[in-house]
Amino acid sequence: MRISENKLRGAVSNHIILMTLALTIIMPIMVLVFNSIKPDEEFGINPLGFPETVRLMNYYDAFVIGNYAQVMMNSLLLVTGTLTVCLTFSSMAAFSLAVLNPNGKATILIGIYLLVGLSIPAQLFILPLFIIWKNLHLNNTFIGLILIYSALNAPFAVFLIRSYMVQLPRELFEAAIVEGASTFQLFTRVALPLSWPVFLTTGLVVSLAVWNEFLFAVTFIHNEEFKPISTILYSFQNRREENYALISAASIMMAAPLAILFILFQRNFIAGLTSGGTKG
Amino acid sequence: MKNLSNKEMTSWLFLAPVLFIHLLVVAIPSLSSLALCFTDWNGFGKINFVGFENFLELFDDRVFKKAIIHNLIWTVLFLTVPIALALLAAFLLTGVKRFQMFYRFVFFFPYILASIVNCLIWKYLFHPIHGLAAFFKDIGWESLATSPLTTKETSLYAVAFVDGWHFWGFLVVIYITAMYQVDESLYEAADIEGASKWQTFRFVTFPSIRPMFLFSFLIIIIWSVPAFDYVYILTSGGPAYSSEVVANFMYFEAFRNMNVGYASAVGALMFVYVFTILGFFWTLRKLGWEI
Repeated sequence: MRISENKLRGAVSNHIILMTLALTIIMPIMVLVFNSIKPDEEFGINPLGFPETVRLMNYYDAFVIGNYAQVMMNSLLLVTGTLTVCLTFSSMAAFSLAVLNPNGKATILIGIYLLVGLSIPAQLFILPLFIIWKNLHLNNTFIGLILIYSALNAPFAVFLIRSYMVQLPRELFEAAIVEGASTFQLFTRVALPLSWPVFLTTGLVVSLAVWNEFLFAVTFIHNEEFKPISTILYSFQNRREENYALISAASIMMAAPLAILFILFQRNFIAGLTSGGTKG
Repeated sequence: MKNLSNKEMTSWLFLAPVLFIHLLVVAIPSLSSLALCFTDWNGFGKINFVGFENFLELFDDRVFKKAIIHNLIWTVLFLTVPIALALLAAFLLTGVKRFQMFYRFVFFFPYILASIVNCLIWKYLFHPIHGLAAFFKDIGWESLATSPLTTKETSLYAVAFVDGWHFWGFLVVIYITAMYQVDESLYEAADIEGASKWQTFRFVTFPSIRPMFLFSFLIIIIWSVPAFDYVYILTSGGPAYSSEVVANFMYFEAFRNMNVGYASAVGALMFVYVFTILGFFWTLRKLGWEI
């Protein structure tokens, strides 16, 4: 009896602490949500609470003034472009490292190279990269930024996909070889279809990284019409500093697609984002 | 024999695309930066070799010295507050069954939000007239109605707070993953011995997750070096350089002043620092530490 009473008290105090911590996250986000549906004139009298009159038109205004139809399209293009280039190239490399040459010297060398590449701070290479991109006329282009994002996310994608492909049973490949499959067919017909779960995880993490990316977007895209959502929101914030209703609605529109994906695929997201953690 | 070399060829062919873009985007620019840091290039004129002059100048630069100190403070802040909070939350989470997925979801959620969105949330709350200031004024706590982002004494801490607020849930998730791998019988033994919660944590949980703990230590040290987004968006290093960090300093030298050589020297120092830390941890591991 005493034990269970103790346990109960313990559980209650656990929940009190956890709930307090959770509220420090929920409340600021709620303020953003409230602000996005608050009429402008209410900000002076009601800084943090739920609005007295709900004004959903803030979203429409932000969508029109921020030209969000175009901006969302830009970001979507960057995401799909990066997913295509990065996942194609990375899965080829992962296939090579996991299936074609799993124990070769090259595998270790490439592994070390990619690990070093992951740890280099962007500040070391961003300036020469900017100069190279200027000379290749890749500044201010989607393809230029897609190449950068693909390269930056490639080491992570290669490691993650490789770790999945090494677990595929070798007999499958041997059977395919006996039936006369070429190396390319081994890749497209055997390795790729069997690895789809890891592509979901990798794809989600890469999409998240590209959608939210700020440093390279602000550096490499200066034309308003090509800017992705993160840098548009940045200039939006600076230009309409005091119009919180508008920029809050704009922020929610940026966060919403990812929030929905996160709710749907929470497990994959967390597994992908923390996989660097468990591999060391 | 022919077959073998053929196989090797194909495996390199499959590697080629990734290696090509990675060399182009990361390796070649990094190596150029390591070469350019010994020059006074401004991006288009003649390139003159100046030896270590950029580095000597850097160590004389008041703003750069400030930025380095701020980065060190930043690192120490992140090594203490988020780690402590995350250990607490993860440990408590392993003890609750109800709502566990809810808590996990909430703690991790800010981590998937864009830096620009998180910054907007806190820019509003820390605004000198709106947000929390307006709230404090309403309830009569005038002294609290200031903006920590625009006050010299607090700006660095305010920026670090916002970044930490977004980051610490990541630690909760990696710690809780490690904690669930702890042998259940150890907890039972602790229970039988009548260990308190703190003793259980100190003598069972913590030693078992030590590798993950040290790993989080390492990534925080490394990730603190290029910290940029939150500083650039929230304060741009101001007011009066009170929240300047090395990455922001480098960015302005590079893209506002086009001091290619000088900015490359900053990048080179960041690179050397990161790889010294990595080398240090790697040596510890070689010496038999469980990392």
